[in-house]
Amino acid sequence: MPPDLDVILATDCGSTTTKAILIERRGAVYRQTVRGEAPTTVEAPFEDVTRGVLNAVQEVEELSGRTLLDGERIITPAAGSSGVDLYVSTSSAGGGLQMMVAGVVKAMTAESAQRCALGAGAIVMDVLASNDGRLGHEKIERIRQLRPDMLLLSGGTDGGTVSHVVELAEYIAAADPRPRLGLGYRLPLIFAGNRDAVPEVERILKDRVGLEVTENIRPVLERENLRPARHKIHDLFLEHVMAQAPGYRKLMTWTGAPIMPTPAAVGLIMETLARRRGLHVIGVDIGGATTDVFSVFDGVFNRTVSANLGMSYSVSNVLVEAGLPAVARWVPCGLPEGDLRNRIKNKMVRPTTIPQTLEDLHLEQALAREALRLALEQHRQLAVGLRGIQQDRTISDAFAQVTTGQSLIDLLKVNLIIGSGGILSHAPRRVQSLLMMLDAFQPLGITQMAVDSIFMMPHLGVLSTVHEKAALDVFEHDCLVPLGTAVAPIGQGREGEPCLAYCMAMPDGREVRDRIAAGEIRVHPLPAGETARAVLEPARGMDLGAGRGRSVEADLTGGAVGVVLDARGRPLDLPADDGRRIAALKRWAASLSLYPE
Amino acid sequence: MAHAYTPGLRVAERATLRRRRTLPIPGEVLVQVGDRVRSQTVVARTHLPGKVHLVNVVNQLGITAAEIRRFMKAGEGDRVEQGQSLAENRPLIRWFQTRVPAPITGTVESVSEVTGQVLLREPPQPLELMAYVDGRVVETIPGQGATIETDCALVQGIFGAGGEAAGEIAMGAGGPDEALTPGRMGAELGGKIVVGGAYADGATLRRAAQIGVRALVVGGIDAGDLTDLLGYDLGVAITGTEPIGFTLILTEGFGRIAMAQRTFDLLARFRGQAACCSGATQIRAGVIRPEVIVPYTGADGAAPVAAPGARGGLAAGDPIRLIREPYFGVMATVADLPHELGKIPTESSVRVLRAKLPDGTVVTVPRANVEIIET
Repeated sequence: MPPDLDVILATDCGSTTTKAILIERRGAVYRQTVRGEAPTTVEAPFEDVTRGVLNAVQEVEELSGRTLLDGERIITPAAGSSGVDLYVSTSSAGGGLQMMVAGVVKAMTAESAQRCALGAGAIVMDVLASNDGRLGHEKIERIRQLRPDMLLLSGGTDGGTVSHVVELAEYIAAADPRPRLGLGYRLPLIFAGNRDAVPEVERILKDRVGLEVTENIRPVLERENLRPARHKIHDLFLEHVMAQAPGYRKLMTWTGAPIMPTPAAVGLIMETLARRRGLHVIGVDIGGATTDVFSVFDGVFNRTVSANLGMSYSVSNVLVEAGLPAVARWVPCGLPEGDLRNRIKNKMVRPTTIPQTLEDLHLEQALAREALRLALEQHRQLAVGLRGIQQDRTISDAFAQVTTGQSLIDLLKVNLIIGSGGILSHAPRRVQSLLMMLDAFQPLGITQMAVDSIFMMPHLGVLSTVHEKAALDVFEHDCLVPLGTAVAPIGQGREGEPCLAYCMAMPDGREVRDRIAAGEIRVHPLPAGETARAVLEPARGMDLGAGRGRSVEADLTGGAVGVVLDARGRPLDLPADDGRRIAALKRWAASLSLYPE
Repeated sequence: MAHAYTPGLRVAERATLRRRRTLPIPGEVLVQVGDRVRSQTVVARTHLPGKVHLVNVVNQLGITAAEIRRFMKAGEGDRVEQGQSLAENRPLIRWFQTRVPAPITGTVESVSEVTGQVLLREPPQPLELMAYVDGRVVETIPGQGATIETDCALVQGIFGAGGEAAGEIAMGAGGPDEALTPGRMGAELGGKIVVGGAYADGATLRRAAQIGVRALVVGGIDAGDLTDLLGYDLGVAITGTEPIGFTLILTEGFGRIAMAQRTFDLLARFRGQAACCSGATQIRAGVIRPEVIVPYTGADGAAPVAAPGARGGLAAGDPIRLIREPYFGVMATVADLPHELGKIPTESSVRVLRAKLPDGTVVTVPRANVEIIET
């Protein structure tokens, strides 16, 4: 039975900004009413995260007219026009939780360890495995170089071999890793491997690290058991990492629920939404330094962090990883290569600047497309079915070459894509956010698209651990900005040839009946909260999920943009010739009213 | 938020700076509070643990891991010479004896009865930590290092590469808007901290390495030339250890951008004087800027200016640099700070200010796109 709450205060302590929101019960529904923010105060001269929290709460107090602070204390419970019933918080300040993981086999226990750490909200700095191709001394040197906040060691199914995981423990002991924070505190290391190896691992490591033993994350090859280790990561995160960061011990005494790492909280609200609504969801949060991708497919939650893809501090790395041609292909004007490179490097060294000219906006949104595309690609590689397990195979399976380790991410199956992060949430026109995600992810068939209005997903995630209804009410009413629905047939039609015929029964009684040719994209406005019943008839050779040329009937939901019919082809291939490519980009931009004239 | 602006780079005629010098691992501090030091004075030293080598003894001898100790000729803590027998079997016929020689000279760190491997560690490598600046020791950190205080002129750059360097300041360009060219880089600039003007191209950078300059300080270079210099395209602005042959410091950014007049004039004043510099850059999580430091040796010059504290925000009349297109690199002054949000050509509504350009034109720019000129 969730607690009876009328007023809730939630904060997220980000790397640069601390954001506070006020949630109030209005009748039977919870709504976010006020928000405030202030610079995060982890670094000098303040070196106390609670200062930034109090400043952000003070802004909420001023804007709401509700007294929230008594000196430097948050007033609880709520009474009249003062106080709150619950205060919760998340944090990614200080760069978040940075971990190194190790397992015996790269594609099995090491990969499970990676999923475990990512699901707990960590950035994974490196994944070591006995068979990762690096020699022993190279592994030792690598461990020594990195300054993780925490280590996760796994390997060996229960009752299986111990020598490989013991070897990894020996390497860790030899490297004597130093923690990132605080000279003089023991680096936490979680052992979640073969229980038979525990005595030897304890003997080797107990005097070198803060060793914690928990259940094997891969007790048998057929099953992952990530939850106990995830909980342990979270507990140690609070106890060691956060406690070392200035002001967090004090903050921990203020909150009514354990502080969560921001990405873990974001993942939790997405998982909750997907479970409650029975949806397959992809969520992305593209920040200044990292891009997080979350997915829930068939109830299985996965999270990846592309730790070096972002829009400011890591923006040059997007160029490095994607390559200049991949970025330049999205820019609808002929910027010389040298100029492009200089602009990107200048953004890298002055990351807090914003685009003032349309040219700069084009470039930033082109970079965002590539960052999103690469981040999803990395996510697809990790969000896979378990590898190495025995499968009952039929003859047809053998002919179909169905192997273990297939990606769970199915772009035809995905029901909803949610975008978050400044470049998506604060694009000057909502249709720009929709198109960035459409171009980067290329969902197939019928997909709803949305953005997070002001990045309150972390707040709602941590709130959901106490009051799921309050969190979901606010998520659906105030957090999510529906953009509309994208309809994209699979296949490559010849430009100008018929691709899709459609008939939409609009809510105002009109019937929209039309065709769209291959190579085109078109939008039909449909407000949020409205639905159009559509009959969609793909041309022969095009497929909307029911088979080639077979029609589909569906309810298409509206949003800030509406219904977008994308006949540009799946996969989407831009013309190789620069002139034709720029002409196509401009034509699509005009069709969608993407930019001001 | 009440205030949101980009803090600026410091260009101070005279400042009192403190630089904290610490070892990467615990060691010995060699100075005391009050000691006067030069940039090359060793203030602390330690030994870095030697590299580790793994020897799979059990595979070589064909024994089990549990048996390893019976065959070892050296134990934990023993020093071994390269080629010395680490382990050997004892067959009936000596002709068939197998020995496992030590691949390096070092110490036996561990012998594992589980994996059958022996870890050998090379001898430790000495590491000395220099003071970096001429000054006075104001604090020692036991086992770690010391803080050095210096009375100096300071020029901060926006981006750098390469580590610490010291040398005399030499002017390579006649003005802040002149490009530095290979033709101007004579051999006499070798060993110096060379101050350019607006720009240095790839040929100039190669010439700088060739003649052995200690450092090159220019307004800007092209990003493509940085890639050629480093040998790779830099993804994230964390630098300071690149082996490029000299220290590079950009005062303005990437592209052909005139060095700020004030920066050029200040460095020109110290022509011929000893200075030190660092190309280390870190844009986030504890910002580090590349810098040139010219210590004052006498009592001349302006009175020291304390480091700027936390600013309350921009004010009309403040000198600023515009740091984004279409006004990248232009120096201006704050004309007006409207309260209301302003719409910019991208259609975003943001906090803006009105800036007066050198020709008197007043333009509207996002507040996020300006940099304060700090003294």
